[in-house]
Amino acid sequence: MKAALQRFAESAEAEGLLDVAYATLDSPFGPLLLAATPRGLVRVNLPNQDPEQALEELAARVSPRVLEAPARLDETRRELDLYFAGKLTEFDLPIDWALARGFRGKVQRAINRIPYGQTRTYTEMARKAGNERAVRAAGTACGTNPIPIVVPCHRVLRSGGGLGGYGGGLPMKEALLELEGVL
Amino acid sequence: MTKLPPFQTLLDEHAADVMGVLRGAVGRTDAEDCFQETFLAALRAYPRLDNSENLRGWLLTIAHRKAIDHHRAKGRKPIPMAEPPEVPIEDPEPFDGELWAAVGALPPKQQAAVALRYGSDLPHAEIAAALGCTPEAARRSLHEGLKRLRKELA
Repeated sequence: MKAALQRFAESAEAEGLLDVAYATLDSPFGPLLLAATPRGLVRVNLPNQDPEQALEELAARVSPRVLEAPARLDETRRELDLYFAGKLTEFDLPIDWALARGFRGKVQRAINRIPYGQTRTYTEMARKAGNERAVRAAGTACGTNPIPIVVPCHRVLRSGGGLGGYGGGLPMKEALLELEGVL
Repeated sequence: MTKLPPFQTLLDEHAADVMGVLRGAVGRTDAEDCFQETFLAALRAYPRLDNSENLRGWLLTIAHRKAIDHHRAKGRKPIPMAEPPEVPIEDPEPFDGELWAAVGALPPKQQAAVALRYGSDLPHAEIAAALGCTPEAARRSLHEGLKRLRKELA
């Protein structure tokens, strides 16, 4: 049955029917669920977030043709492994912004340009997205980032120097900043 | 309309049943190809499906159609003139060849009804949904199929 399922995933990809492929990766923080469309990485689900809910959201918002098909995520997994090992400072992965719409999407695209080992404030991100006064909305945009780690929302801090929040829990944010030599 | 679950859920929950039904309907060797065709057809149509209440019945309906297509295609093939060579079939799991061969020789509706009832353990109502007939007709097909099997195998 396993061979039949693998053959099916391959045929689905070959026939252009694999709208969302997903795989899991064992990270130092726990299992990450990774999902990609033919355009690129669309979702990274952190260990403390419910993977089933993430898949249901993908089915509802991107396409219900969601299949476990790790091949499409091979490069993403390779780069994440290197990143966690401190051997990669810039991801070179195509991204699908399908889950990043409106003002939040603008903020998330701005977050994607923060270099490794640097931090920005929520206020700066609000300004970059075109509305300096929307600091709270910028915070929400960080909290709802569909592609954390790769789109580095952990590099956004409060203006006073406080850590702010993190979807994966504050210890994970701290650990990522330590890995990058910020803390 | 209810929300469609990720397609992977359909594989996780129903792939084994679909394979079981197809093995009963077309035999182990051809079941694999029919399985692929069934799930590819399902995946193709999935986003347009407007009712997610009986996904299992929907999949089994497609599997049943693929099995019928398979039998039709086989029926159209030219009859071989020479004796076919004997090829050993690898069959690691226990499998009552004589019984399923007899099931495979039943008319399509009876065959599907027997396979769905005893291969997949479906109740009459779901067999009816899969065959696109009334539960009464499904019960009749099953009854006729079993009667014929008893006669064949007696």
